Amino acid sequence: MFAVLTDREWLWAAGAFYLTGLILGTLSLIKGGRPSGVTMYAVITAGYLLQLMGLGVRGHAVGGCPLGNSFEIFQFTAWSAITLYLVIGVTFRSSLLGYFTSCLAAALTLSSLLLPDFDATRRAHIFGNNPWIEFHAAIALFSYGVFALLALTSALYLLRLYSLKSKRIGGWFSFLPSVIDLDQIGLRLLVSGVLILAISLIVGSVYWTHDFASVSVFKLIVTCSVWVAYSVALILRLNGKLIAKRFGWVGILLFVAALLSLWPVDTSRHSSNGAIHVKLEAQP
Amino acid sequence: MSFPNVFVIGANHHKAPIEVREKLALASHNEDALLTHLRSIEGLHELAVVNTCNRIEFYGVGNSKTIAEEVTAAFCKQQAFEISEFEAFRLSLKGKDAVQHLAEVAAGLDSQILGETEIFGQIKEAYANAQTRKFTGPILNRIFQKIFQAAKHVRSTTKITVGQVSIANVAVELALNIFGQLKETRILLLGAGDIGEKTAKAFQSRGALALTVSNRGFDKALHIATELGASALPFDQKDSRLCDFDVVVCSTSAPECILTKETVLAAMKKRPTRPLFLIDLALPRNVEASVNILQNVFVYNLDDLAKIADENRASREAEIITCKNLLGEKVENLWKHIEPQLISPSTSHVSAKPTPPQESASI
Repeated sequence: MFAVLTDREWLWAAGAFYLTGLILGTLSLIKGGRPSGVTMYAVITAGYLLQLMGLGVRGHAVGGCPLGNSFEIFQFTAWSAITLYLVIGVTFRSSLLGYFTSCLAAALTLSSLLLPDFDATRRAHIFGNNPWIEFHAAIALFSYGVFALLALTSALYLLRLYSLKSKRIGGWFSFLPSVIDLDQIGLRLLVSGVLILAISLIVGSVYWTHDFASVSVFKLIVTCSVWVAYSVALILRLNGKLIAKRFGWVGILLFVAALLSLWPVDTSRHSSNGAIHVKLEAQP
Repeated sequence: MSFPNVFVIGANHHKAPIEVREKLALASHNEDALLTHLRSIEGLHELAVVNTCNRIEFYGVGNSKTIAEEVTAAFCKQQAFEISEFEAFRLSLKGKDAVQHLAEVAAGLDSQILGETEIFGQIKEAYANAQTRKFTGPILNRIFQKIFQAAKHVRSTTKITVGQVSIANVAVELALNIFGQLKETRILLLGAGDIGEKTAKAFQSRGALALTVSNRGFDKALHIATELGASALPFDQKDSRLCDFDVVVCSTSAPECILTKETVLAAMKKRPTRPLFLIDLALPRNVEASVNILQNVFVYNLDDLAKIADENRASREAEIITCKNLLGEKVENLWKHIEPQLISPSTSHVSAKPTPPQESASI
């Protein structure tokens, strides 16, 4: 079954589904209607399953969780965000969240597929035989998925605040969830993201204390900074110091910063372990 | 030989002012008496009466050209209303036009508040009453059942029911946009204005957790609170207790602002993460305009609410033609089935026994 398509073909198919969700949602909004929640959910689920297949094939090929280059990191982050959406989306019942998730997933998956440099070098067995390091990396990336969904929720939150403050509640603003719902889901995602990243850092630090040279200081500083930044945001939110518009903007800006930090982190670790580098010759 | 036809006669809010509608309103005991009399009219096979505060309409099937006039005469006699006077307000339609009218009424297109859905239930009730009285037959059964489907279709596929069109309901809708649900929402009504009271009642009817009334005259506050099943708050405590409420409805006659930016800011410091919705229905305004710039505070005045209600109304009005066309197609289709039934010999001797509901999916 796995051999039917290559990993990138599976991932292209997944990207096509996410793009379909984006197009269907956009058309609904242009027509002044609400994107169908069931359709969005079905399209995203189909994309998710195809992406799971693609990541499975890639993981099989590289001998572990596929987190060896920017392409894989983008794919895994999108997949993590979708995983959460599929869980949250059922209770949240916002087709707009599905639409925004589809937009983000399409952007992450298709951009990584379209940029050949992202996947120019595959690195196999990057975690050696240490499952803890693989676990550390996987849940660190999973927390980025949580933060991605937080950024989307924050965008919806800002739009809802804008609609109420500017007294424009008609049109597609009427499809937005309430202020309280968005605030609560944002807070829960922030708590979850901070906790998951904390677990990842704890697991990683155990390995690092046994082998200081294995992790670059730059990567360590950047990753810890991301966690500290989100933790500070959480503390401020719980104290009522970071609310409303500022909370929304922080959710978006921190994710952009976290995403941008993946590049230098990925680059810095290329020379810091003994992974097998495989130059790809031809990619679809 | 004359074939039976479908007809509607009556009066509604379009032509009849409220004073006339009061006189025409059919009390339930009068309705029973009238229907007993109408049943004896020869040639009147089926009849359903839609009797609401805005309309009294008789939908019938009869095989005499004068049957509608006979029903009108009997109704006017029952209500002690001059027939000549009734002519000025009378609605009278026959055949397909009568069915189209019923369809538009059921879809809320003919209602005073365009697109309201209460009328649908009232027509269902009217039909159920006619069935109970065994005054429906194959024609009205088919018409009503198909019209219910058509009205549901129009409501679900167009925007005729989208958005609230009254100030009180717009305020409730805004609160739902902020709080999601009202079951944990505490309401404070400041002042004894009529519109404020209506708005407070709208919040209560949508399941608000608690309502508190505050007024300069505490006795008045107590009186309103008792009427509404709420609690009363001394007016001088409103600032210190502001933080306890999620929605504040202001409708005092105070000549100056009673909620300043400083007052609201102080309240928000005690509840920074929970939004506060201020509805200012007073003129002059009770809430300082600058309050709206505070984080997590939303201020809507009378003009803001009226503008939203007007926009929603305009949006519904823009849907009228689409809805009428949709209903027109359904009625046209329905009429193709009804017309042969009307001219078939069996219909001229309609059984009073109700027929079971028809299940076909489309008209």
